[in-house]
Amino acid sequence: MSTADQPLLQARGLVKRYGHVVALDHADFELYRGEILAIIGDNGAGKSSLIKALTGAIMPDDGDILLDGAPVRFRSPLAAREAGIETVYQTLALSPSLSIADNMFLGREQRSTGILGRLIGLLDRRAMQKRAQQELNGLGVMTVQSIKQKVETLSGGQRQAIAVARAVAFGSRLVIMDEPTAALGVRESRRVLDLILAVKARGLPIVLISHNMPHVFEVADRIHIHRLGRRLTVIDPKSCSMSDAVAMMTGALPVS
Amino acid sequence: MKSGSLPPNIRISAGNEASAPVFQDSRSFRQLQILLQNLPSVVSVAVLLLSIVVFGIIIGPRFFAPFNLSLVLQQVTVISILGAAQTLVILTSGIDLSVGALMVLCSVVMGVLAVNLGWPPIIAIIAAILAGVAGGAINGILVTVPRLPPFIATLGTWNVFLALELWYSGSQTIVSQDIFEKAPVLQFFGEGTNVGRVRVTWGELLLFALFGLLWLFLNRTAWGRHVYATGDDPEAARLAGINVKRVLLSVYVVAGAICAIAGWVLIGRIGSVTPQEGQTSNLDSITAVVIGGTSLFGGRGSLFATLIGALIVGVFENGLAIAGVDALWQNFAIGLLIIFAVIIDQQIRKLAA
Repeated sequence: MSTADQPLLQARGLVKRYGHVVALDHADFELYRGEILAIIGDNGAGKSSLIKALTGAIMPDDGDILLDGAPVRFRSPLAAREAGIETVYQTLALSPSLSIADNMFLGREQRSTGILGRLIGLLDRRAMQKRAQQELNGLGVMTVQSIKQKVETLSGGQRQAIAVARAVAFGSRLVIMDEPTAALGVRESRRVLDLILAVKARGLPIVLISHNMPHVFEVADRIHIHRLGRRLTVIDPKSCSMSDAVAMMTGALPVS
Repeated sequence: MKSGSLPPNIRISAGNEASAPVFQDSRSFRQLQILLQNLPSVVSVAVLLLSIVVFGIIIGPRFFAPFNLSLVLQQVTVISILGAAQTLVILTSGIDLSVGALMVLCSVVMGVLAVNLGWPPIIAIIAAILAGVAGGAINGILVTVPRLPPFIATLGTWNVFLALELWYSGSQTIVSQDIFEKAPVLQFFGEGTNVGRVRVTWGELLLFALFGLLWLFLNRTAWGRHVYATGDDPEAARLAGINVKRVLLSVYVVAGAICAIAGWVLIGRIGSVTPQEGQTSNLDSITAVVIGGTSLFGGRGSLFATLIGALIVGVFENGLAIAGVDALWQNFAIGLLIIFAVIIDQQIRKLAA
């Protein structure tokens, strides 16, 4: 098998039980290079558990996760992040009273190279501000006035853009986005969808979890339908209708 | 003027917001929001300048005498240093009710070891700082391991530290003369030099040095950014990869060490080691932080604001005292200031939402 056909991130037979509840029932998952894979599923279908297993937030009871063909076990979200898997949480995980630049480097600040950097951890603020500005410009997010602006002065869509830019800046392999348009209005959603396409254009694959079918069908290359703790099927949005997808998701349309 | 003839970006707010129509140009209103969010101390600085002007007018040149202004600064030195410790804790959306008791405990440790037991003063000072670190660590562990609310954890340790300080000192004051003879270095921060006609104490210089150093750590290191992020939204900080518990523990430990330094400065300020001293310091430090404009809800505020807050309290107490107003009205005025400051903070936070 050539590396081009090999999934970038793959899961085989993931199982996660909480007492008698089976959150993941031998779930499979594949993400290929350069694609946008949407995950849809009814509430309680196990989408969150799948994502949490892939990002190290929970440890599956059984099954394998392979990154670039090599088996991995993430013991914490930090471990997944260090392996190049970035997550944009639905809550965004931004600190409103800090600046845009501070937020983009939160938890992995750049120290200055001088003696004070080594001694007391003095920050290289200029380098971080420059890099943050570059990332925002690169994604076409020019609407912010200043990189030093506090995040709380930004709109919901702008905040989403900062969180995405942070993930893209550090996500060397892939970015997972949890409901990125759920809290946004029509115009802001439009901007975030453009942003997702801009990330794809950079060659970074994306896993998109969303309830919004029009958004999913607009940007996704493949759609993973999750039902009852496992992958029901993967559909091509170009050859499948939205109503069929919803019917499969809810079980109204059996999948042969 | 009919409202229909107004430009679209201006609206008139009526009703209980203001008696006269208020014009809210949306752009300048937005800029005011951003200004207040970026510089919340604008309000407290204005209050400080206004109170200086008002007391200057009421009292006259006596208020502006270099001797008097220096006195105000000396009076607020200990509370400002304690306020620095309190600021760190409040920035993490915590509160530390034990700072005053820990400060006095550390001064008692210093005095008993150096004067009563005759230890070398430098060892006594190191021991007192270690006592402060230990006290802070106990607070930090209580807040992070059994995850007690900071209010409860430090309410408990406040009483514990108070009891320990009375036990260790035998409730006895170590008088100034004994300290002067056996360990004069404990009174170092009460001494100073005259710059022209103005007395500058080493304690005041320490205050500014300490604030400068803490400012550097809070604003120019990753640790400082993590302190703000932890207070702002601990869950977001955790997801961003910050070890929130370690940040909290470090903040309480640093606060404890600052309390010990405040204890040393306190000996210089009052001359003696007095176990009964500092009963109101816990709440006075919180008052300075709140009047300065730091938010009790965490993540918003600065050391500079606390210094301004302490100075406002100092100017009010000094000004009212010189004006011959009964001391009870000092409390009255400070009380109003606290309420005013928290109302402003809530307005700023509302705008941020």
